[in-house]
Amino acid sequence: MKKILEVDNVSISFGGLLAVNQVSLHQNKGEILALIGPNGAGKTTLFNLLTGVYQPTSGKIIFAGEEINHYKPHERVKKGIARTFQNIRLFPTMTVLENVLIAHPDCNSETVIPAVFGRKKLAQRRRTVVEECEEILSIVGLQDKLEELATNLPYGKQRLLEIARALATKPSLLLLDEPGAGMNSVEKEELTNLIYYISREMEKDVLLIEHDMKFVMNISERIIVLDHGEKIAEGNAQEIQSNPKVIEAYLGRGNFDDEE
Amino acid sequence: MIQLKLSKNILKLIGAVVLLLLPLLVTNSYFIHIFISIGLYIILSLSLNLVTGFTGQLALGHAAFYGIGAYTSALLLLRFNVSYWLALVLSAVITGIFGFLLGLPALRLKGDYLGIVTLGFGEIVRLVFVNWYSLTRGPLGLPGIPAPKIGPYIFDSRIPFYYLIFGLAAFTVFFMHRLVNSGVGMAMITVKEDEIAAESIGIYPIKYKLLAFSLGAAFAGIAGSFYASYISFISPDTFLYMDSVTILAMVVLGGLGSIPGSIIGATVLVIVPELLRFMTNYRMLLYGALMVFMMIYRPQGFWGANKRVRNSYKIGIRGVSNEKDIRG
Repeated sequence: MKKILEVDNVSISFGGLLAVNQVSLHQNKGEILALIGPNGAGKTTLFNLLTGVYQPTSGKIIFAGEEINHYKPHERVKKGIARTFQNIRLFPTMTVLENVLIAHPDCNSETVIPAVFGRKKLAQRRRTVVEECEEILSIVGLQDKLEELATNLPYGKQRLLEIARALATKPSLLLLDEPGAGMNSVEKEELTNLIYYISREMEKDVLLIEHDMKFVMNISERIIVLDHGEKIAEGNAQEIQSNPKVIEAYLGRGNFDDEE
Repeated sequence: MIQLKLSKNILKLIGAVVLLLLPLLVTNSYFIHIFISIGLYIILSLSLNLVTGFTGQLALGHAAFYGIGAYTSALLLLRFNVSYWLALVLSAVITGIFGFLLGLPALRLKGDYLGIVTLGFGEIVRLVFVNWYSLTRGPLGLPGIPAPKIGPYIFDSRIPFYYLIFGLAAFTVFFMHRLVNSGVGMAMITVKEDEIAAESIGIYPIKYKLLAFSLGAAFAGIAGSFYASYISFISPDTFLYMDSVTILAMVVLGGLGSIPGSIIGATVLVIVPELLRFMTNYRMLLYGALMVFMMIYRPQGFWGANKRVRNSYKIGIRGVSNEKDIRG
């Protein structure tokens, strides 16, 4: 199996706190990989390392065969890594469609002179962008909300819009930070189907952080467990559920659902 | 909806015709001067709105760019005898470069801190005008700046200046309108709203901050160049901190991040002090009270960004139906 992403002995410390300690992991092409762990385990920090928000203190991040440590966040997007945020970060005064449009590489790479004085060619280019973005929005089920302001959407729909916005950047790897947080069980089922669709039909690799164990066990092909910044286990759902270290760190404190 | 659009266009057409015929309708030279000032301040407030309203960078030194444009144009005309039109373009370019240079240190700062740096920049520029005697004649200023010429025709009254500022302001409105409704403008708005989210979709905030500073400065430079030739005399007194604040007040009062807002803000803040002239010493008091009142009861401004045409990216594209997209 081809490795799309490799994290090689990556550490980061903030002052005296080792938030991520010597973590190595990899993601295979076409796989849905889940990252779990108790609060403060370093999951989101790892996402921030992958997307370039933080620079690792040591270690290497390799994406599509290339070391990407020195790339800035916006350059990593161009390389094909897109993400969503745990605490939703949409552009509140922009509409649903605009939130997705501006993520499209053909829209946010416009330059001043053609944008101001362009005519037919520009119009044609924009028409394609708008069509593609409308299509992405219909995949996540927001095709009826194009004109709404992003901030007026219900919480669950805002999460879907973040996924649509990430997809508009045309990524090959999609990082989802707690995509199901705050969703009810119906919405979660729809989300499961959406993630399957993104993985199987759109052929994107998906790496997700999630607290809802049922959801994680259901959707992911492989699970990596972090605790106190260290990787403590790796495997499929059954292996993780029976791993004594995981039970001690995570599940031993109660049942599967106590995080929700 | 189509009818609504049609009537909107007719209104625009009537407005344009009235504005074009204005010098024939109003013969009082004082009124023409007021109209010219409005045009000038529309350019200045729109240029600052790009930086502060759309890109979200607080700038308190905009009068410095206005001044740099005016001095550049005046010096080119007086020392090098270039044509006015070349001076106009060059002052836009040179002021744009100064905007870029101010943008560089400003990138590390946000909000109030950026405000202080731009304020300092404005003061430094004014002090350079005052103290670089050999170039600017200091507080004595530069008199006798020649009027623009088209072939043998010299701009010898306020009417040709009115048409010139009308053209420049119309160009500024067109440019800003197209820009903010493009991918470039939307990227600027994302930088204002959330830089981390902007980076997560492939936008480099630094690029758009520099672009906003450069373009904003360039348009202020155009306004300065016009002013120099219109008044034919410039001195450091015209480009004070007070003027930066007035321009910022126009942007905020009109509505941050709104083009009609800046136009309304500039118009109101040019006219109101003139209307209050009969009150002599009390007029600035009332002017201040009006602003306080406005910020309490209408903090979003006369025409806030919330009236922005929704999904404006499509507008202006032929062949794409945008009837359903036009709201408010």
